Amino acid sequence: MREQIVATQAKWQKATITGSVRRTPRVISFFFKPAFPFAYLPGQHVDVRLTAPDGYQVQRSYSIASAPDSGDIIELAIERLDEGEVSTYFHDVATPGDEIELRGPVGGHFIWTIADGGPILLIGGGSGVAPLVSMLRHRTAQGASTPTLLLYSARTWDELIFRDELLDLKRKSNGFDLALTLTREHQSHDADYNRRIDPAMVAELLPRMPASAKTAYVCGSNAFVSAAADALIAVGIAAAIIRTERYGV
Amino acid sequence: MTTRGFTGRRQPPEVNDRIPPGQSLTDDFPVLSAGPTPRIRLEDWTFTLKVGPKPIVKWSWAEFNALPQTKMTRDIHCVTAWSKLNTPWQGVLVDDVLAEAGMEPPTEFTLAHSYDGYSTNVPAKDLLDGKAMIATHYAGKPLTPDHGGPARLFVPHLYFWKSAKWINGLQFTTRDEPGFWELRGYHIYGDPWREQRYTGD
Repeated sequence: MREQIVATQAKWQKATITGSVRRTPRVISFFFKPAFPFAYLPGQHVDVRLTAPDGYQVQRSYSIASAPDSGDIIELAIERLDEGEVSTYFHDVATPGDEIELRGPVGGHFIWTIADGGPILLIGGGSGVAPLVSMLRHRTAQGASTPTLLLYSARTWDELIFRDELLDLKRKSNGFDLALTLTREHQSHDADYNRRIDPAMVAELLPRMPASAKTAYVCGSNAFVSAAADALIAVGIAAAIIRTERYGV
Repeated sequence: MTTRGFTGRRQPPEVNDRIPPGQSLTDDFPVLSAGPTPRIRLEDWTFTLKVGPKPIVKWSWAEFNALPQTKMTRDIHCVTAWSKLNTPWQGVLVDDVLAEAGMEPPTEFTLAHSYDGYSTNVPAKDLLDGKAMIATHYAGKPLTPDHGGPARLFVPHLYFWKSAKWINGLQFTTRDEPGFWELRGYHIYGDPWREQRYTGD
């Protein structure tokens, strides 16, 4: 497959927090309005920078969860990490009206638009679902019916970010299929599985796709991505069609 | 611009001058890559030195490991804003690879190539005079696949995407040819001290 290559030049700029929505006990979505709105593609991320009064700075990358089709507002689903210097600032301090520095879009590889076609296989772990949700929202906004399967792993039912939106999308079908697996909850709920992603799970799910995947996108923690990508390889998916995005520390 | 209500943590003062702008210290060793981790059998591994399209020398794993071994302990800096201090590596200096091939750098630029199709460009001078190696060991142990094993480029004074994982060749080029990430918005050189993260920085 020929990959579209995207290279952009992104300058730091101010963005105003326009609102926030609690998604799960540990994840809050923040909505940002950049002073200079920019075009981006589903799957790309932004860098966020915080500056203390003495000039000390810290920056982090966050995948964009909104779709470019929905206007200038950027949604970032920020998971609270107890040791996190930036995520705790957002969860404990930041409020609508605050200005934050960000730059974007960044990343020219973990990208999907409807022009790229399908079928596509999306695999997300925890907050790693964010860029995949951007792809799905873009697909919906464009009225596309690209065959798409999302396998989404979270610890518990209540930690499934965007759960109701995804379940609703599944009900509407239009070529979208959803499989949920919960790794720390072993009864009840409508999850398809209650274990970590493994080759047997992938092998069981692939026949639910109408044809073999043209591209697979895997995003999550390093351990999650390693396990999921290895599972795809184990069931015979070519490494060349698998794109990964790993969240560091 | 000061961020309202942000005080932040500080790096320990004794290491402050070792942390480039915008970076934060980590004790972990995060893993980043564009695709799955390739598993390369040592009996299949080769390393090829090329000038333009022309292969000059090709080493097997055993032959490559017979080259002079060097240890380097350096700080590393990832473009995703983490830095890790005092990381201990072992491998073959690019100087020693060239000496074994009996050649001086024939051009000013190189492209490192990897088993997964990844490539990254580094000026030849940044690989010489003990500045870079083909690393095969980390912390005294064979380099694991997630961290680029069997072998990766190790060029610690540049952002760490330049230290190509799963390396299988070094190619001298007449022009500075952008590699995988450099074509996708990342800086052509990648000096962490000048914060050259993305195109135009």
